[in-house]
Amino acid sequence: MSRIAGRFEQLARQGRKALIPYVVAGDPGLDVTVPLMHRMVENGADIIELGVPFSDPMSEGPVLQLGHERALANGTSLRGVLELVSEFRKRDADTPVLLMGYANPVVHMGYAAFADAAAAAGVDALLTVDIPPEEVAPVNAELQRVGMDNIFLVAPTTPTQRIQRITGAASGFIYYVSLKGVTGAGHLDVADVARHLELIRGHSSLPVAVGFGIKDAESARAVASVADGVVVGSALVNAMAQAIEGGGDHEAAMAAAIALLVEIRRGIDNAAS
Amino acid sequence: MTIDIKENVFASVPDADGRFGDYGGKFVAETLMFALAELESVYRKLSVDPDFQQELDQDLAHYVGRPSPLYEAKRWSRSIGGARIFLKREDLNHTGAHKVNNTVGQALLAKHMGKPRVIAETGAGQHGVATATIAARLGLKCQVFMGEEDVRRQALNVYRMKLLGADVVPVTSGSRTLKDAMNEAMRDWVTNVDDTFYIIGTVAGPHPYPLLVRDFQCVIGREARRQAQEQTGRLPDALVACVGGGSNAIGLFHPFLQDEAVAMYGVEAGGHGIASNQHAAPLTAGTPGVLHGNRTYLMQDADGQIMHTHSVSAGLDYPGVGPEHAWLKDIGRVNYVVATDDEALRAFHTLTRVEGIMPALESAHALAYAEKLAARMSPEQVIVVNLSGRGDKDIHTVAQIDGIQF
Repeated sequence: MSRIAGRFEQLARQGRKALIPYVVAGDPGLDVTVPLMHRMVENGADIIELGVPFSDPMSEGPVLQLGHERALANGTSLRGVLELVSEFRKRDADTPVLLMGYANPVVHMGYAAFADAAAAAGVDALLTVDIPPEEVAPVNAELQRVGMDNIFLVAPTTPTQRIQRITGAASGFIYYVSLKGVTGAGHLDVADVARHLELIRGHSSLPVAVGFGIKDAESARAVASVADGVVVGSALVNAMAQAIEGGGDHEAAMAAAIALLVEIRRGIDNAAS
Repeated sequence: MTIDIKENVFASVPDADGRFGDYGGKFVAETLMFALAELESVYRKLSVDPDFQQELDQDLAHYVGRPSPLYEAKRWSRSIGGARIFLKREDLNHTGAHKVNNTVGQALLAKHMGKPRVIAETGAGQHGVATATIAARLGLKCQVFMGEEDVRRQALNVYRMKLLGADVVPVTSGSRTLKDAMNEAMRDWVTNVDDTFYIIGTVAGPHPYPLLVRDFQCVIGREARRQAQEQTGRLPDALVACVGGGSNAIGLFHPFLQDEAVAMYGVEAGGHGIASNQHAAPLTAGTPGVLHGNRTYLMQDADGQIMHTHSVSAGLDYPGVGPEHAWLKDIGRVNYVVATDDEALRAFHTLTRVEGIMPALESAHALAYAEKLAARMSPEQVIVVNLSGRGDKDIHTVAQIDGIQF
């Protein structure tokens, strides 16, 4: 069983929902990412989603675009992200790590070379925003070879027949995009999310996590009441950016992110109880 | 790789998945997959619907002003002393470039799909102007995304779009040029996909865009083929067109692809020279990768990040290229070459002074290469160059380079 499947099973036994924080690797600094990952785990993160920065992050809203730009300015590369995961694994063998990014850095490294290097580094799964099921066969073959999960997005616009196709190619969990829009958008409709999750669950027994538009304890509570997991990204990246803009150092940035994470964990746990 | 061009391989691409050999495809976020499928099915129906075709032909004839002339540049040809050079005068179209052939077509699709709002990305502003123009005529709401750097370089076109009622959004992310404008247009589309039609300006992007933009631009090559036969009694020996995303080049080339004897040259922006790394020539100096919905040749670094490009012409300043060009390069049917900023500027001045035709700086890249090519050919031979746009929009840029202050 993959680390991700194991984690969701463990949470289900405990009656808890997964908190999946997203941060851009290398933002606000390359030295921040590994300590931040450990502190997120200590403060209630169940799975860590590391953003692989890309020059053209087409699905990101303004907050994460800036996160990607800062990370690239700090010299973060895909190989560098894999080194960070290796470093994290020295002290944490249990927490699943998922890489989220765009096709081209992975395409450029080569699917086979990426799969080998990512598995060796201790990466559990890959989510590429711009590789839909139609294009996924060659990368999926390599991920499966090394036992990595492939996480797919399902969107509010995904027709029922496509949901079947997507869940057929997916493993680990399904990532439901809660709204039509980019990351960090602000028009979350929980009743609508609930309807879509029901549809997805009709086709798949995989856990379903929800992301895009969850920014605080209340929105996390609302989503956790219907989903198996909650992804929070822009709000954490923004908290760090604000701390630094206000004159804080990397430590202050981490503290700001952790404070928000703790609040969101509380929101999620309130939903579950 | 070589292929037997007697077989009609050119009509067989893209395949059902939008692939031209290894290139093309649909590399977009899941939210957009539904919109692409919808567009594909509507287009498949309308492209064989005689009423739609008639409506399009009417617009091309009476609104755009087609057919555009095929003009023999006799004085310029004589001064070079080689082949006869003919110019396909896309600069004489309404709005001054080939871009309008495509926006008229896509706007009709938007109308048939009942979408009240259109968006577009633009570099030099020609596609933005062509989109704003047709949106004004059809009463569609129009928003154009343009890199902040290009807003500065192309202030005149920005104002033209505003006069036409479009909302121009300066894009401040990344390199603040065409690629970033395309990122932002994609972000808008993903957010407003229910009521918005994205009018992509070139033969790139996810399937079916490379196909439908090609279809709308092929009117250039169909006319040129007929006009060349009427004026010279035979097909041309060579075709030359500039390639940024590659829509004017595909439009000219595609109807000739099966004519084995017709050589084709796609001219990329050489910027300060390939060796300087400051250029926009992915087919000449790039490698395959995935950007903006399709697999194609890209300018990218060792980590797969997209590189900043440079060209004196904003319309060619793009790190990717349409997937069909990537395929045509690999099978060896089209030769891809470069012209530098300096060569394009010289050609701009030459054509203006010798023929009284002021070309767009994009088209000037094709002219610069055609001049070299013509010199190697004989006076019995014929070259057709796509004069894809007029140069009025570039007067400010040229004046600045020549040290002229207004």
